[in-house]
Amino acid sequence: MDVRARNHVVSGGRTDGRVVMLSHGFGCDQNMWRFVTPILEKDHHVVRFDHVGAGRSDLSAWREDRYAGLDGYAADVVEICEELDLRQVVFVGHSVSAMIGVLAANHRPDLFSALVLVTPSPRYIDDEGYRGGFSRSDIEELLESLESNYLGWSHAMAPVIMGNPENPELAEELTNSFCRTDPTIARSFARATFLADNRADLPAVSLPTLILECRTDVIAPPEVGAFVRDRVAGSVLVTLDATGHCPQLSAPRETAEAIDSFLASLP
Amino acid sequence: MTGADDSEELYDNAPCGSLSTSLDGAITKVNATLLRWLGLPREQVVGRRFSDLLTVGGRIYYETHMAPLLRMQGEIGGVALELKAAGDNRMPVLVTATVITGRDETPQYVRTIVFDARDRLAYEQELLRARQAADRDRERLRQLVRSLQQSLLPAVLPTPPGTQTAAAYHMASPDEVGGDFYDLFPLPDGRWGFLLGDVCGKGVGAAAVTAMARYTLRTALFHDPDPATALDSLNAILYQDHRSVTHRHCTVVCGTLTTGGEATIVIATGGHPPPLLLQADGDARYLPANGGPLIGVLADATYRTQTLTLNPGDTLLLYTDGLVDAHLPDAKERYELEALLAFAGRLAPASAASTVEAITALLASFEDGLDDDAAVMAIGATSR
Repeated sequence: MDVRARNHVVSGGRTDGRVVMLSHGFGCDQNMWRFVTPILEKDHHVVRFDHVGAGRSDLSAWREDRYAGLDGYAADVVEICEELDLRQVVFVGHSVSAMIGVLAANHRPDLFSALVLVTPSPRYIDDEGYRGGFSRSDIEELLESLESNYLGWSHAMAPVIMGNPENPELAEELTNSFCRTDPTIARSFARATFLADNRADLPAVSLPTLILECRTDVIAPPEVGAFVRDRVAGSVLVTLDATGHCPQLSAPRETAEAIDSFLASLP
Repeated sequence: MTGADDSEELYDNAPCGSLSTSLDGAITKVNATLLRWLGLPREQVVGRRFSDLLTVGGRIYYETHMAPLLRMQGEIGGVALELKAAGDNRMPVLVTATVITGRDETPQYVRTIVFDARDRLAYEQELLRARQAADRDRERLRQLVRSLQQSLLPAVLPTPPGTQTAAAYHMASPDEVGGDFYDLFPLPDGRWGFLLGDVCGKGVGAAAVTAMARYTLRTALFHDPDPATALDSLNAILYQDHRSVTHRHCTVVCGTLTTGGEATIVIATGGHPPPLLLQADGDARYLPANGGPLIGVLADATYRTQTLTLNPGDTLLLYTDGLVDAHLPDAKERYELEALLAFAGRLAPASAASTVEAITALLASFEDGLDDDAAVMAIGATSR
C-alpha cells in the first residue's frame, strides 16, 4: 500500500526544520491549511495530507469498518509518520482531527513531540455535567439529514449558479471541489466525528499541548476548550479573536503566530 | 414613486430572501421576505450569525463546509439547507453567497441570497420515488434474468468416472439473458454426451432458441451417439425457420466421452472456435479445424467428427467466442486465438478446475472489454 498516495501527502518548507503535520477536520480537505501553510513553511518542515475519503485521497482505500471510528484515522496518521520516517512530530489537528491526534499520540508517543488542537471537542453531545453544545437529537438530525442526502450541494443547481460561461471547465474544476465528498463516506465520517466520546483519552496525553479556540464557535463552544485544557495536564488555551469554526481560514495570521510562539517555547 | 423607493421595495419584497453579513459572520442587513419566512422581527436577526437561522444539521454543514469554501473561493452556490422557519417549521432553501470586495480587492462583506426550495424539494422527492421504483423493477428484472440464465445451464455439472469437469458462465450484462449454453449428461450406452454453444443475439428470443438447441442436441445424442448426426439434426431444425423473423443460427461444439479404460472423445463443431487441448506434458494446442458451417444457415451442411484420446493429465477446454472476441483493456485489439493459445501454454498442464478458474480470472480482467457472454467448460482425464 502506498501511504503517500492513499492520503495525498504533501510536504514543503525547511527540510531541516521541525516537522509540523497539519490534519484537516470534517468537511473539507488539506486546502483548509492553504493560508497558514506559507507562514509555517518559513521555519518548519510542513506535512499536509487528506484523510481517506476527502480531497485527493485514494477513495478506493476507504473501508467502512476501518473508518467507522476515529481509531482508523489515527492509525493512518501513525502510518504516514512511519512511511515518511517522521519523528518528533508536532501534530496540528483541526476540529475532529484534534482527537485523531490525541489518539495517535497516546498510541505512539514516541513519534510525536507536541500537539496543537484547533477548535477541538472531545464530545459534541451534552452529557451529565458536560456541555458539548449539541443535544443527542441535534446530532441525530444532522445524521438523518446526511442520510436523506438532502443537506449539501444540490448537484443540478450548482453548475447553473456557479457556471462561468466563458470558461466552463474552470468553473467545473473549482466549484466547491474542496469540500465535495462521496455521500456514503461523508455520512460515515460525520457519524465517527459527532458520536465520538474521547473525554477519557485526554488525561493520558503526555505531550506539551496548545489548544486554540475561537471567540464564538457554534460547533465547539468556549466551555469545551476549557474542558480540554482542564483535562490535559500542562496544556495552554489560547482564544483567538476570530469567529466560526475555522480560524486557520478566518484568522490565518493569528493562528500561525499562535502556533509559532508555542513551538518557540518548546525545548 | 421615486427610483430609490423602487429599489428599496424590490430589495425588501423580492421573491427571494436576502441578507448581508460582516466578515466575522454577523448579520448586518436582512430583507422583509426572509424575515417573513423566519417569522422574526428584524432586531432578532441583525447581529446574529447566518448559521443561527438554520436547523442544527444545516448549522454544522454551514460551519464545516460553506464558511470555509466562501473564504477559499469567494463565492458558493446551490447549497441546500433548511431554515428554522416561522411556526416551528423547517423550510428547505437553496443558498448562494458572494464575498463583496472593495475597490482595492479587499473583502468587505458577504451577500447571501436564499431561494425558497419547497416546490423543488417536493419535485426532487417525486424523482427520488420514481428512481427507487425503477431500481426495484431493475432488481426484479435482474433476478429474472439470472433465473432464466441458470435454467439454461445444468444445475450441477456431473463428473464422469476417471475425469474432472468444471464450467463457468460469464454474463456480459445483468440486464439481459445471453445465448450461450453448455451441458454434460449420461447416454444410455454408458457413454457421456457434452455440448457447448452460442445462439446469436441476446434476450428472451435467444433464450428460447438456446433451450431448444440444448434439448434437441441432448435428444439427438440420446438416440444416436454420433455428434455429427446430432449437429445435422439441429441444423435441419433451425434451418426450417430460416425465413422467419424469429430465426436464429448458432455455433456449437458437441461430442461424446467414453470412460473406463482410455478416455476417448469424439467431437464435432459447427461454426465454432476450435477446442483447446492442454496436455499433460505442458503443451497446448487447438484441435485440427475440420468443423462444419454455422448451424441453421445452410440447407445442406455436413459435419464431421474427429476422435482424440485424453491421456491422464490432459484437459480439453471448450469455450464460446465471447472469450476470443473480448477487447483487451487499454487496447483496441481483441483477445485473439493466438493470445488464448499462449495463455493456455503458460497454464498447461492444468486440471479442469484450475483451467476454468484461470479463464474466469482472465474474463474478469477484460472488465468492460467483454461485451458478449462467455461460457467455458473443461473436461480433464485423471486416471484410467
